[in-house]
Amino acid sequence: MPQVMDADRMSRALTRIAHEILERNRGLDEIALVGIRTRGVPLARRLAHALKEINGDDVPTGALDITLYRDDLMRHPVGPQPVVRRTEIPFSIDDRKILLVDDVLYTGRTIRAALDALIDFGRPRAIQLIALVDRGHRELPIKADYVGKNLPTSLKQSVRVRLQEIDGADEIVIEEEA
Amino acid sequence: MTPRALDRGARAELPDVTPAGRLRSRHLLGIDGMDAGEIALILDTAEAMQEIAARPIKKVPALRGRTVVNLFFEPSTRTRTSFEIAEKRLSADSLSIASATSSVTKGETLLDTVRNLEAMAPDMIVMRHASSGAPHLLARTCRSAIVNAGDGTHEHPTQALLDAFTIRQHKGRLAGLKVAIVGDLLHSRVLRSNALLLNIMGAEVWACGPSTLMPAGIDRLGVRATTSVDEAVAGADVVMLLRIQHERMHGHFVPSVREYFTLFGMTPERVRRAKPDVIIMHPGPMNRGVEIDSEVADGPYSVILEQVSNGVAVRMAVLYLLAGPDGQDLRDGGMR
Repeated sequence: MPQVMDADRMSRALTRIAHEILERNRGLDEIALVGIRTRGVPLARRLAHALKEINGDDVPTGALDITLYRDDLMRHPVGPQPVVRRTEIPFSIDDRKILLVDDVLYTGRTIRAALDALIDFGRPRAIQLIALVDRGHRELPIKADYVGKNLPTSLKQSVRVRLQEIDGADEIVIEEEA
Repeated sequence: MTPRALDRGARAELPDVTPAGRLRSRHLLGIDGMDAGEIALILDTAEAMQEIAARPIKKVPALRGRTVVNLFFEPSTRTRTSFEIAEKRLSADSLSIASATSSVTKGETLLDTVRNLEAMAPDMIVMRHASSGAPHLLARTCRSAIVNAGDGTHEHPTQALLDAFTIRQHKGRLAGLKVAIVGDLLHSRVLRSNALLLNIMGAEVWACGPSTLMPAGIDRLGVRATTSVDEAVAGADVVMLLRIQHERMHGHFVPSVREYFTLFGMTPERVRRAKPDVIIMHPGPMNRGVEIDSEVADGPYSVILEQVSNGVAVRMAVLYLLAGPDGQDLRDGGMR
């Protein structure tokens, strides 16, 4: 189970992304972070913290649950309905630049669902995508604007992001499927 | 609805029950047969659904392409509207049939009506019927998932679930609360479903009403029965009032409406015997001046309109959880 990123490097990757956000957007007015549940949410909060340390500005942060927008909902031959959790976007997204945050970018289907969900909340000026890991194998025309680490993988592998807030430790590991 | 603090997780408020991964039955026929985990799953899902009502576009695509028939053989405004809104918010295609305008009035039997509807391949049927057990009959013969929206004097599961959801939002839990249910106990499916649910979740349930409106064997529902409203309300966290159901009374159960109000009507004086943070609930429709004083119905402790709002979220949760693609029933004995 090879580790591809430890806590130290994860923290540096997030700080670098925070700098890139500032560089690309010239200031933080009209910017908001929205994390995709589950692990995009603590990542969005860490980025908000990093941006505040650099710039002193508070960036509004929200949480998005995409379950009800999944394209495989009702299509599984068996199995329970996926658990739906609360979406919390306590600010208007109209005319803001929304930075969408997820842990792993893979097929792109989660992001497609997230874009549909976001549009139901208003009309953002722009949406940019932040992924801690891009592991390739896209099935939809979606590309990240900020990437923590590009990680070439095979379809047999799975990439696991662990975060302090949820899993008790910060690391990214690659697991080979049996 | 005010924006809430980020990540105010529903789970944090509910330390006592772990939600189940799924519902075991493909129908919702009653609270009877459900366990605490399944109830917690519905309440937690409703917690997530509630936020959708605050969006500019109050609609999610989850049930796109699903057809839901609302079949109401008894008058209903609140419940039918609530189901219809829930279905529309989930993007299901829904239609409502009221018995007055249907071929039931031409002498068709319930089973024939439903077989004909089934021939048009709906995915779910939400049904209200004056006969206890009518949805159970359908569940044995139909392919569609059946949701009981009230059957006779038997059960009204989504009402009990929305009541539990409302209580949980105010008290943070259900276990250990004293809940007093006051009114027409004999004809009330709301009492039955609520008593079953609150017992499963560990609340202490008191049922109070005139002895003529007390069903035989009421203690089997796991409630403490009393004819003293003061005893029932004393120290209660929740007071739930039940309507005096004129339409189901084919005898003389109470001497007069005025006498009922004098002995059992919920007045501000009686409410003062409960806990200071008591909430007052009513499944509707209310008879002001019969089971409830207007001052109580409109008082600061009244959550009656919240119950109505919460009904939509709870019904969305039920429809979503039952809409899963697998048509199998995981419970012993199959359909219940």
